Amino acid sequence: MTALTHLSIAAALDALEKKEFSARELTQAHIEAMESRRELNAYIIETPDIALSQADNSDKRRAKGDKAGLLEGIPLAIKDLFCTDNVQTTAASNILKGFIPPYESTVTRKLFDDGAVMLGKANLDQFAMGSSNTTSAFGNVINPWRGDDGRDLVPGGSSGGSAAAVAARIAMGATATDTGGSIRQPAAFCGLAGIKPTYGRCSRWGVIAFASSLDHPGPIARTVEDCALMLRSMSGHDPMDSTSAQRDVPDFAAALTGDLRGLKIGIPKEYRLDGIPAEIDTVWEQGIAWLKDAGAEIVDITLPHTKHALPTYYIIAPAEASSNLARYDGVRYGHRSAEASTLSEMYSKTRAEGFGEEVKRRIMIGTYVLSAGYYDAYYIKAQKVRRLILNDFTAAYEKCDAILTPTAPSAAFPIGENEDDPLKMYLNDVFTVTANLAGVPAMSVPAGLDARGLPLGLQILGRAWDEETVFKVAGVIERSAKFETLPQMLRKAA
Amino acid sequence: MAYLTQGETGEWETVIGMEIHAQITANSKLFSGASTLFGAEPNTQVSIVDAAMPGMLPVLNAYCVEQAVRTGLGLNAKINHTSVFERKNYFYPDLPQGYQISQFLHPIVGEGRIEIDLEGGKVKEIGITRLHLEQDAGKSVHDLHPSKSFVDLNRSGCALMEIVSEPDINSPEEAVAYLSKLRMILRYLGTCDGNMEEGSMRADVNISVRKPGDGLGTRAEIKNVNSLKAVQQAIDYEVARQIEIIEGGGKIVQETRLWDPNKGVTRSMRSKEEAHDYRYFPDPDLLPLHIQADWIAGIKETLPELPDQKKHRFIGEYGLSPYDAGVLIAERNRAAFFEAVAKGRDPKLAANWVINELLGILNKNATALDDSPISAAQLGALIDLIADNTISGKIAKDVFPLMYETGKDAGQIVEEKGLKQVTDTGAIEAVIDSIIAANPDNVAAYRGGKDKLFGFFVGQVMKETQGKANPAAVNDLLKKKLDA
Repeated sequence: MTALTHLSIAAALDALEKKEFSARELTQAHIEAMESRRELNAYIIETPDIALSQADNSDKRRAKGDKAGLLEGIPLAIKDLFCTDNVQTTAASNILKGFIPPYESTVTRKLFDDGAVMLGKANLDQFAMGSSNTTSAFGNVINPWRGDDGRDLVPGGSSGGSAAAVAARIAMGATATDTGGSIRQPAAFCGLAGIKPTYGRCSRWGVIAFASSLDHPGPIARTVEDCALMLRSMSGHDPMDSTSAQRDVPDFAAALTGDLRGLKIGIPKEYRLDGIPAEIDTVWEQGIAWLKDAGAEIVDITLPHTKHALPTYYIIAPAEASSNLARYDGVRYGHRSAEASTLSEMYSKTRAEGFGEEVKRRIMIGTYVLSAGYYDAYYIKAQKVRRLILNDFTAAYEKCDAILTPTAPSAAFPIGENEDDPLKMYLNDVFTVTANLAGVPAMSVPAGLDARGLPLGLQILGRAWDEETVFKVAGVIERSAKFETLPQMLRKAA
Repeated sequence: MAYLTQGETGEWETVIGMEIHAQITANSKLFSGASTLFGAEPNTQVSIVDAAMPGMLPVLNAYCVEQAVRTGLGLNAKINHTSVFERKNYFYPDLPQGYQISQFLHPIVGEGRIEIDLEGGKVKEIGITRLHLEQDAGKSVHDLHPSKSFVDLNRSGCALMEIVSEPDINSPEEAVAYLSKLRMILRYLGTCDGNMEEGSMRADVNISVRKPGDGLGTRAEIKNVNSLKAVQQAIDYEVARQIEIIEGGGKIVQETRLWDPNKGVTRSMRSKEEAHDYRYFPDPDLLPLHIQADWIAGIKETLPELPDQKKHRFIGEYGLSPYDAGVLIAERNRAAFFEAVAKGRDPKLAANWVINELLGILNKNATALDDSPISAAQLGALIDLIADNTISGKIAKDVFPLMYETGKDAGQIVEEKGLKQVTDTGAIEAVIDSIIAANPDNVAAYRGGKDKLFGFFVGQVMKETQGKANPAAVNDLLKKKLDA
């Protein structure tokens, strides 16, 4: 039989409903798989006791004939940026090592209310800052995919633990967050689907903040449909988050009709960059052809301010981060330096010891761009460019209903690569940051393999609040790509 | 006459602007649902938002916005339909977020003005620059342990209004009058209890001096000026300090200074060079605040009559002196008490009784008007007894303290003590006859031209009747008998 861990969420829900197996069995299978794949370092902590207890409760609800939740009995990985009641939450930083929140984030509460099961807290780049999951204080995560040279690859970041866990079949899906591409790039690197919904769709309450105006919670899963199921559970207005929107949550999965007739898909010329591997272009062209086949009309569009998106992002995100991370001061919770004898030493030593290098770099950049004398030149200017980027999308969506681009400028790269040059690392976000700046929904879906056998993703962007069109287009790519290849480690096991 | 300070080199003018932090009267904090109760055990009025736990987000308290708008309307100020919350970034242990959510470029209330009352019934207008909403910080406690400091976050996140004046204030007296008037207005509006001892109203005073006719001098900002007395003293001290420096050939440094009420001096906290770079930027957790014109209009309809309006009405409607009107409107409940007493009675008599007798005896007993044992109705009834000649004004003044002590009605006391005025002319005549008979020498002297002796006879009659004789009747009858 197909291992329980290899099922999609949709298939597992169906089987659970038919009582083919119990939530406990499904969870137990995942717990065993987790134990056998610890070398990936996908989880910071595993929570098997909680998982089994949640699974048992789910089985009881089903036995009683209660109406099944949207994710009744489905085991998930929870990115360790989501605060979980009475379970250590660290943002993969030493400054929060041992921190146990007495509260549950809105998104995880919604998932658990819908019957989901928590397998553990997934590793990530420290405070979600990174594109390789190498900035975690709990060690880097290894991508279950491996190139033909056999070197260990990054899973992408910042939601690298989430993506690695889902790809390695040690979670059926995972919560993730996307500030500049942190859902979509790891999804692409690990051969998964992941959606960053519209800003305001998922509550940020209880999600440790990186850059408030850019942070988007969202799901990573193995199929587009699974993402749609998870997103439905995770979405909805939250009065505790002033930026959460009062919008009805549609049944996203119902949008997966496969029929693109009447839809116009925009292809932005600014996303054709020099120095990008030809395979990226090839898979993009292939994607365009699939959409055409499904009845879509392809139109050339322009997003003229795209080239300013990355520098704009790397001003706004660090600016907000420098302020958001000021609360980690050693006074009330988390790490406090044992070496300090004055207040000023307590601050500097606590933060020097607690934060990793990349976090410190971004705090310094952010502090600088907000400083008197530089604020107008950097922060204000960046906000103006951000408005122009949003205007680009508004204009483009007068000509098309969705946009197709590559997700990332490369496939997964070896661990250690790009580490010497932060700017090179930041280039990973070149195709993804625009959607964060504009707040529009964007999804990555696996579209093929490169010559080394590594997954490549395509990105679909939509209008604000129109995730349904994004899902519909992504579903067609997924079906056309017939992406069924497993990471090598699972092929061996199979 | 302008207020000028004599220095070695001539006269100096003082220029003062004030920043008042007023804690908004509200049950919960500006961005969290935590209680704002004062005096609770440390760290018991703290939500996970106030403690800036990871992942926490602010949600604006609509009632606090309403209070700020109400205050703006009370200050005759422009209400801005769009305002923006920004983060003021700095590190301090009693500031859990590492930033204070405040308003900077776009405050909720713009320019306004109030009138302050000065000696001799003079009135001066002081401009309000702006009012903005912000969070209060917690409290650091440094004196409980030799090497440790403690933090109490109960106040952290409470809503403050920072009210900034124009530099229109030119003397310590004006500063005190400004602070008093502002406090009175806030109390009338019910937007701040104005309690300076509990820290719900705190003042920063910006002071500079200049030679008359010169441009503005360099200012020092004095913090921790937390009583009317401190305002007066801190300004006196700072003006003298600045004049001495300038006249000694020195320059005033733009800096923040702290008022030390024990030593009676200001001392430097930090200079402009050491000033924090607060790195203000719009708080991305909060959307710009938009308020609708009809919502503002609705608040305007609920505004109470404000002190100045009330004062002018008391002068016009009741014919009170500006001084008496000023005393009566100083507290909203005092004015209401007066109006209850004055209703259907002689308002000047009512004002005299409230101001001189009631406030006098309350003050002597350190009792608040709300706890007065004499109600407005009871005081009114006492005045009625004077008006209908049941008792004389003099007797009323004896009855009044008994009312205060016992809480009894005036009528009951008059009855019990037999203090009813004697208006029976026959009885008074009999007394007069006996007095005339007993004092033949004085009668002769009076009739011989010593008019002043009339008072002696009145006194004798009143003594004989224990003050109960109607004074007018006594006068009439005495005149008739003596002049006969």
